[in-house]
Amino acid sequence: MISTILAQVGDFVSPVIDWHALAPELVLVVGINLVLFIDLWVDESKKWAMATLTGFVLLGAFLPVVTLAVVGDDVRSMFDGRYVIDEYALVLKAVFLLTAYVVVLMSQTELEEGGYYQGEFYVLLLASVLGMVMMTSSRDLVSIFVALELLSIPAYMLAAWRKRDRKSNEAGVKYYLLGVFASAVLLYGMSFLYGTTGSTRLVDIGAELGDELMAMQVLGIVFVIAGFGFKISAVPFHTWAPDTYEGAPTPVTAFLSVAAKAAGFVALVPLIFIAFPAADSVYQPFLWVLAALTMTVGNVIALRQTNIVRLLAYSSVSQGGFILMPLAVVGTGDGADSALKAVVFYLIVYAFMNLGAFAIVIAVARKTRSGNITSYGGLFSYSPGLATLMTIFLASLAGIPPFGGFWAKFNVFRAMLDAGGWAAASLAVVGAVNSVIAVGYYMGVLREMWMRPVPDGDTTTITPPAPIWAALGITAAATLVLGIFPGLVLRFGDLQDLTGALGG
Amino acid sequence: METITDQNWLLSVGTFLPLAGVLVMLFVPKSEEYWHKVIALVTAGATLGVGIYTLTQFDYDQSAKMQFFVDTEWIEVIKSNYIVGLDGISLPLYFLSMVITFLVIVYTWDNMPEAGNAKAFLILMLVLQTGMAGTFIAQDLILFFVFFEVVLLPMYFMIGVWGGENRQYASLKFFLYTMFGSALMLVAFLALFFQTDAQSFSFAHLVEAGPLVDKDVQVWIFSGMFIGFAVKVPMFPFHTWLPDAHTEAPTQGSVILAAILLKLGTYGFVRIAIPMLPEGAVEWAPWIGLLAVIGIIYGALGCLAQTDMKRLIAFSSVAHMGFVMLGISTLTTFGINAALFGMVAHGLITGMLFFIAGSVKHRYHTLEIKRMSGLLTQVPKLAWILGFCAMASLGLPGLAGFWGEFPAILSAYNPGFGLPEETFRTFMVVAAIGTVLAASYLLWLYQRMAFGEPTEEFSGHGPAAHAVGAAPNDEHEHGDHDLHDVTLVEWIAWIPILIAIIVLGVYPHLLFNFIDPAVTELVGRLGESIGP
Repeated sequence: MISTILAQVGDFVSPVIDWHALAPELVLVVGINLVLFIDLWVDESKKWAMATLTGFVLLGAFLPVVTLAVVGDDVRSMFDGRYVIDEYALVLKAVFLLTAYVVVLMSQTELEEGGYYQGEFYVLLLASVLGMVMMTSSRDLVSIFVALELLSIPAYMLAAWRKRDRKSNEAGVKYYLLGVFASAVLLYGMSFLYGTTGSTRLVDIGAELGDELMAMQVLGIVFVIAGFGFKISAVPFHTWAPDTYEGAPTPVTAFLSVAAKAAGFVALVPLIFIAFPAADSVYQPFLWVLAALTMTVGNVIALRQTNIVRLLAYSSVSQGGFILMPLAVVGTGDGADSALKAVVFYLIVYAFMNLGAFAIVIAVARKTRSGNITSYGGLFSYSPGLATLMTIFLASLAGIPPFGGFWAKFNVFRAMLDAGGWAAASLAVVGAVNSVIAVGYYMGVLREMWMRPVPDGDTTTITPPAPIWAALGITAAATLVLGIFPGLVLRFGDLQDLTGALGG
Repeated sequence: METITDQNWLLSVGTFLPLAGVLVMLFVPKSEEYWHKVIALVTAGATLGVGIYTLTQFDYDQSAKMQFFVDTEWIEVIKSNYIVGLDGISLPLYFLSMVITFLVIVYTWDNMPEAGNAKAFLILMLVLQTGMAGTFIAQDLILFFVFFEVVLLPMYFMIGVWGGENRQYASLKFFLYTMFGSALMLVAFLALFFQTDAQSFSFAHLVEAGPLVDKDVQVWIFSGMFIGFAVKVPMFPFHTWLPDAHTEAPTQGSVILAAILLKLGTYGFVRIAIPMLPEGAVEWAPWIGLLAVIGIIYGALGCLAQTDMKRLIAFSSVAHMGFVMLGISTLTTFGINAALFGMVAHGLITGMLFFIAGSVKHRYHTLEIKRMSGLLTQVPKLAWILGFCAMASLGLPGLAGFWGEFPAILSAYNPGFGLPEETFRTFMVVAAIGTVLAASYLLWLYQRMAFGEPTEEFSGHGPAAHAVGAAPNDEHEHGDHDLHDVTLVEWIAWIPILIAIIVLGVYPHLLFNFIDPAVTELVGRLGESIGP
C-alpha cells in the first residue's frame, strides 16, 4: 500500500510554475498572513492601520496584474491548461482587486465607529478576494469549485459581521445555508459531468460533450448552472439576496452584490464558452428563462421597495438578468464574440456604478441613520454634491447616456441583435421593456433627492470621511469616463483569447 | 456624401463650450448667484459667438455638403466614430439652439424660478445646450443617440425641481415616455446596423447601405424609429406628455422644450429615418400624414377647450408640429423645405409665446384665461407683443409662421413617390380647416385676455391682490404696483426673436436659400433608391 503511494510519488513530476503569472495570488496569500499576524500585536486604538495595510496588499497584488498586462505575451497556461492567465483573467483580476480596494475604503470608518473586529474583517475580505482572483484563471471544475468555496466561506462570515444585530445574523445564516446548498447542487452536477466525460478540465469536457447528450450530462449542466444561479442571485434562486443584503453591514453588502456576484459570472463564462458549447440546446433555453425571470421579477419587486438597500438588492438581481442575457444566446450565431465582450464590459461598469451607489448609501446613513428611501428627501438641497453623484450612479444603473451603464446595456442589446434569431430577439424585447421599468424605481430615488422636502427638517450638510470621498471619486470617475470613452475597456474580452487557451 | 473639412474644430468647440462654463460653475459656491448668472451668460454668449462665426464661415453655395466635417475614432470596437458635420438642414436648428439658450439665460437674469438655486438651474441649462447642439451636428447614429439622450435628465430636473404644482407627475411622464421611445429607437438603430453590413454607424454609410435593405425589414425598422421620434415631436397619439410637461415646466424649460427639444424628433425623421429607410418611409408616409392631420385638428380642438394659457399654447404646439409632419410625410422637396422652415418658425414663435406666458404669470400669478382681461390697458406693450405672436402663430402672411404652414399644406396637393394623391389631398383640406381653427383659438385667446376692461381682481393693481406667491424681485422699477410692463431684461431677451419673426416672414429666402439645396439632394437620393 505504502509502497504504491511512494512509487507514485516517485513518478511525480513537479509542474512548471510560472511565478510571474501566479504573483497576484501569491501577494494576496502573503498579505493575508501579514494582516493576520500583525493584527495580533496591534493595539486596539491603532487597528485602523489594518485597513491601510490591506489597501497596500491589494495594490501590491494589483502591481503584477499590471506588469503581466504590460508584458502581454501569449496566454500563460499552467497545470495542463487548468489555470490560465489570459486577457480575460487579467482584466477581471484587476476589477476584483479594485473593487476590494473600494470596499476597504468604504468599510474603514464603518468598522472603526461600529467597534467591529477590524483585523479579522480584512483577513476574511482578502481571503475572499483571493478566491475571486483564482476564479478568473480557473479552467477546471476542481479549481473552480475550490475558488468558489474560498470566496464564499469568508463572505458568509462577513455577512454576519454585526454580531449583536439579529438582522445581520439572519443575513449570515440565510446566506450560509443557501450558499452551502447551492455548492452541494453544483458539486453534484460537476460529479455527473466528470463521471460522463472522464475529465475535470473544461476543454476536455467541451470535447466530450457531443451532439448526443446523455441524460446525466443534461442533468449535470442544469445542476451546475443552477448552482451558479444561487451565486449570481438569479431568479428563482435569489431569495437569499434581499435579506442578506439588508442585514449585512453596508460595505459587505456592496462587496457581495458586486464582487461575489461577478465571481459567479466569471466562473459561468468559461463553462459556457469552453465546456458547454456543444450543449447549447440545453443551456440556452435554461439561461433564456433565467435571464427573463431574473430581470422581470427583480424589477417588479424593486418597484415596491421602501428601503434603499433592498431597492439596490433587487436592482442588482435585475442587473444580473441583463448580464445573463448575452450568455443565453451564445452559439446561435456569430454573436459569441459580442456576447463575451458585453458580459465583461457589463461586469466592469456594474462594479463601479453599484459600489458608488452603496458608498452614497453609507455616507447618507451616517447622518440620517435610516435606510428608508424617504430619508433621501431634499438631499439635493443640503448636500448637492452627494445628490449629484447618486444621480450619476443611478442614472448609470438605469442605462442613461452618457454614463457607463448605458454602454453596458447597449452592448448587451448589440450582442442580442448580433446573435439574431427569434430567441435572441424576444429576449431583447423583454430586456428593453425591463430597462424602461427599471427607470421607474431609480427615478423614484432621484425624485426623492431632488424634488421632495427634507423629512425631518435637518439640513446640515453631510461631510463624509475622506475614505468615502476617495471611494466616491474612484467610482464616479470610472462611471463617467467609461460613459464617454467606453472603448477603453470595451476591447477586453476577446473570444479568441478565451478559446485560444483551449489547447493549454 | 461630399464633405468639406475646413475649420473642423468649430462644431466641437461650439457644442462643448457650455461644458467649460459648467466646470467653472461647479467650483463657485451656491450662494454666489450673481456670479453664476454672469458665468452662464458669458458662456452662452461665447457659444453664440462661436455660432455666429460658424454662420460667417459656412459656405452657403455648397449647403448640400457636410461642412466643418470631423471623423475621428471614438469607440472602435462597436464601429462608432465621432463624426460631426453641418449642412443646410442642420445649420438653422444648430444656430437656433444657441440663440434660444442665450436668450433664455438672459431672461433668467431677473426671472429666476421660485425654487431658487441658480447654480443648478443654469448648469442644467448649459448641459442641455450641449445635448441639443450635439444632436444637430452628429453624423453617427450612436453619437446622435447619446446627444439625444443627454437632454433628457436636465429637462427632467428642470421640470421636476423648478416646475409648477404638478411637477413630479409631469416630469416622470415626460421621462418615461421619452425613455420608452428611445429604447425602441435604439433597437431600431442596432437592427439597421446589423441589417446593413455591420460596418459603420455613420450617416454617410447608412444612407448608402440602408436603402438596400429588404423592404419588409425597412418597414419594421422604420416603425421603431417612428415611435422614438414621434414621441419626441410629439405626434398624436404620443403627445399626452407634452401638455403636462409644458404646463408644469418653468418658463425657461417651456421655451427650450418648445423651441428646440421638439425639433429633435422632426429632425430625426428628416435626417435619419427617411433617407436611410426610403422604402419604409414610403410605406409609412400616408400613416404619418394621417396622424399629422389628426394632430392638427386634435391640437386645435384641444386648444379651444383649455382654460389655462400655457396649456393652450402647449396644445397649439401639437397642432403646429402636425403641419411640420404633414410637410415631411409628402416626401417632396417642397414639403420638407416647408417642414424645416416650420421648425424654425415654430421654435421662435411658440418659444416667444411661452416667454410671454411666463411674464404674464410673473405679474398676475395665474394663467387662467378667464381671470384675466384688459391686458392692453394694464400692460399694453406686453399685450401688443402677445398679439403679434398670436398673429404669427396663426400663420399670418408676412410673419414667419406663414412660411411653415402654407407650403406644407400646399405640398400635400402633390405628394412624391407615388403616394396616393386623393389621400393627401384630403389631408390638405383637413389641414386647411386646421388653420381656421388655429385662427379661432388664438384670436379667442387674445380677445379674452387683451381686450376689455381689467377684471375686478386685478383692476386695483394693488399688491394686496397678490398676497399669494412670492413678490417679484423687480418691483422697484414701478414703485406702487407690480403690474409693470415689459422690463429691460425682457426686451433684451425678446427683441432678437421678434425681429427674426418679421425678417423671416418678409424674406423667407434667407432660410430657403440654403435649406433647399440640401433638401433637394436628400429627395434626389430618395428618388435614386426608390425610383420616381
